[in-house]
Amino acid sequence: MTRNMGEQPKPSILDTAKQLRAELSDDYHDKVMTAIYADAAQIASTSVSRDTQKANLTFDRTLDRILTHPIFGFIAMGFMFLVVFWITIAGANIPSQMLSDLLLTHVYGWLHQAATALSLPTWLSGLTIDGIYLATAWVIAVMLPPMAIFFPLFTLLEDFGYLPRVAFNLDRLFAKAGTHGKQSLSMMMGFGCNAAGVVSTRIIDSPRERLIAIITNNFSICNGRWPTLILMGTIFIGAMAPPALASLIAALSVMTVAVLGIVFSLLVSWGLSRTWLKGETSVFSLELPPYRPPQIWRTLYTSIIDRTLIVLWRAIMMAAPAGAVIWLSSNIMLGDASIAAHLVNFLNPLGMVLGLNGVILVAYIVAIPANEIVIPTVLMLTMTLGGVAGAQAGVMLELENAQVYNVLTQVGDWTLLTAVNLMLFSLLHNPCSTTIWTIWTETKSAKWTAVATFLPIAMGVAVTFTTTTIAHLLNLV
Amino acid sequence: MTTQIMPNCETCPAYNASSLKKLGVSAEGADYVIALAGNPNTGKSTVFNALTGLRQHVGNWPGKTVARAEGGFTYNDKTYKLVDLPGTYSLLSTSTDEEIARNFILFGQPSVTIVVVDATRLERNLNLALQILQITDRVVVALNLIDEAERHGIEIDVRHLSRKLGVPVVPMAARQMQGIPELLDAVEQVARQKIATKPHRVRQTDAQLEGALNTLIDQIEAIYPGLPNARWVALRLLDGDESIEQAIRDNRLGNLTQPAVLQQPTREPLIAVEAIS
Amino acid sequence: MYKMSSTLDQLQRGQSGIVTNLTCTGSNRRRLMDLGILPGTSLTVELTSPLGDPTAYRVRESLIALRRSQAQEIEIEPITADTPEIDLSTESTETERS
Repeated sequence: MTRNMGEQPKPSILDTAKQLRAELSDDYHDKVMTAIYADAAQIASTSVSRDTQKANLTFDRTLDRILTHPIFGFIAMGFMFLVVFWITIAGANIPSQMLSDLLLTHVYGWLHQAATALSLPTWLSGLTIDGIYLATAWVIAVMLPPMAIFFPLFTLLEDFGYLPRVAFNLDRLFAKAGTHGKQSLSMMMGFGCNAAGVVSTRIIDSPRERLIAIITNNFSICNGRWPTLILMGTIFIGAMAPPALASLIAALSVMTVAVLGIVFSLLVSWGLSRTWLKGETSVFSLELPPYRPPQIWRTLYTSIIDRTLIVLWRAIMMAAPAGAVIWLSSNIMLGDASIAAHLVNFLNPLGMVLGLNGVILVAYIVAIPANEIVIPTVLMLTMTLGGVAGAQAGVMLELENAQVYNVLTQVGDWTLLTAVNLMLFSLLHNPCSTTIWTIWTETKSAKWTAVATFLPIAMGVAVTFTTTTIAHLLNLV
Repeated sequence: MTTQIMPNCETCPAYNASSLKKLGVSAEGADYVIALAGNPNTGKSTVFNALTGLRQHVGNWPGKTVARAEGGFTYNDKTYKLVDLPGTYSLLSTSTDEEIARNFILFGQPSVTIVVVDATRLERNLNLALQILQITDRVVVALNLIDEAERHGIEIDVRHLSRKLGVPVVPMAARQMQGIPELLDAVEQVARQKIATKPHRVRQTDAQLEGALNTLIDQIEAIYPGLPNARWVALRLLDGDESIEQAIRDNRLGNLTQPAVLQQPTREPLIAVEAIS
Repeated sequence: MYKMSSTLDQLQRGQSGIVTNLTCTGSNRRRLMDLGILPGTSLTVELTSPLGDPTAYRVRESLIALRRSQAQEIEIEPITADTPEIDLSTESTETERS
């Protein structure tokens, strides 16, 4: 305690305050608050008049009774998220097709014609058009439509006031897992983007609980991973159902993985709060705001500007260099095979044990900057290394769902197990580099950044190894 | 200790530029700095968006992992910088959010603090508004969600409320862009000190407490004549608020007395406020 | 009249009570007060989470969810359910002032 002695008058205020404070009773703060609220109540009661006839909250009350009902509450919750996924899957199909027609057939063709006309060296046109351009175009075609549908829908739910109800419904699970009640909110933010989810854990004051929320945020399927799940769900799982039900079944399979993510999030939180990050659960109070009619246009506008375009831009920034890397590694030969082939062959045994393959593991390394490019990389590598006629080395081609299925099963030897494991691995693997960087800036701890990075991979390896072993033991594949 | 009077007028741009800078806000290019405060779920961000449109900038508060949004707007040829404070229920607890909001209003000395208040939960929201009115007298209350209140059969006597609080109250429905022009007008009037505000100051009912407060207020005002919130500072000191104690030690509190033109310290802060304006 | 003192978690849905005392201290106590929960305030049980905890209370027109452990730290005096809550809140604060 530093204190200026003598001549300075200022510290004497502090002395007086200290002296006076000692004489006051302990309930000082209570008295201050009571005085404020007494005035607030007095001012409010003389300013507000109520029409008791109109003063009913019937709509909010009824809706709340349903949305937090022991049975209907969970049905409504599942139904609402299912509808969001279903609209995203069913709605994204046609625009995705149109975009890939435009960008991957027409523009791609024109660019090659232009390159020929300018007589660019093949390595240059290969690197720029077949590498950088195609990777970027793929990401736009695959990502933009589902994002432009998913984000506004999610924002509408948020705007309407539904998300705090989800937190209210699930709070007991989080309490049992020893986490802060607000973790459910940061978890939900993570469904859009994990980096945003990690930032949103700032609403949690206790450092211990905040760390748990940060480490487990990766179990929320982020936007970059939805396309992988949606594609796998559509071509491998939905395709097994009758056509009328296909997109519904696909949506259900995607939702199952998302729910599994919540389960893992709770389990890991539970484990951490009982081992590494032991401590008291801090008290929180959640306000359930009234339902408000969502502002449709405003929501569309802001979610497209704020979320869709920003996330898309980030993905493009990551896809362009990744496209270059893929093209180069597929075209630079080391001995008898390209670098990519060496890598794939090296990782293949591990991939097989996990019910995946070397191509998928390489794709996940390439996709560390952005998960969005997993599928494009998988397809490109599968085709080049499988020697598909017409596929140039390192070229990401446009493919329709049926063709993707054929390429993967016939050239890549994929089975239903590969697809299921890919979906699981998509849930359980390291966060993207942006998220890892965000975790570092938020925690400033190398240790916890490493935990948040490697724990999910370890879990992914364990889970896919288990499913594969079981499938082999039961002779399912 | 004499109060430092800056060579410029009290309404000139950025007379407190240096303290703002410490809070991470550059007042450069703006005639007035406006703070936006309010409870969570009051439509504060809707008001922020309505006022600033796309002229926004999102960053962090210095040294804190709390997001800060900043934006600008122009009204009647004057430029305003709007700083969105974290949504809080109170300013008396110890959370980071509350500290940031409190420090900005106290040390940043914004030209105006807009307090967004939910018309459907007036009583609870007035808790924060009354706390802010103890720190600064340059306040405009944005009585938001007035449409929702009407739907629920709640009618608010805005003139009465404004009289009681001693500051302009603007009824609005920010989602529908209703009340924005009126809000801008009120902000301008308070910023340019065209209207005199007489903020409601909470009295303590406990005689001993009120006595202790007055002893301390006398002493504070003797040393910092013209301090606009001596009562609040006294309240915080009696609560043992360390950051206010620190502000006294390093004399940041002394800087807050500008733009003081008072020669004689007055016991009654309300009169002081009127004298300034 | 009704001197039966109990804690907030004892109330059933639809029932109301007036806070008589907060038994928690420190920041927990301050948080509750910030939300307007202090002696004299009336609360009504509005919703219970489908998993049994937390419970949402109507306080000064807001809906605030509290976990059971928190509700146990709020002592209340139960009141009959059919009295309109709005009158109560004004009444209680009025008596507080006098």
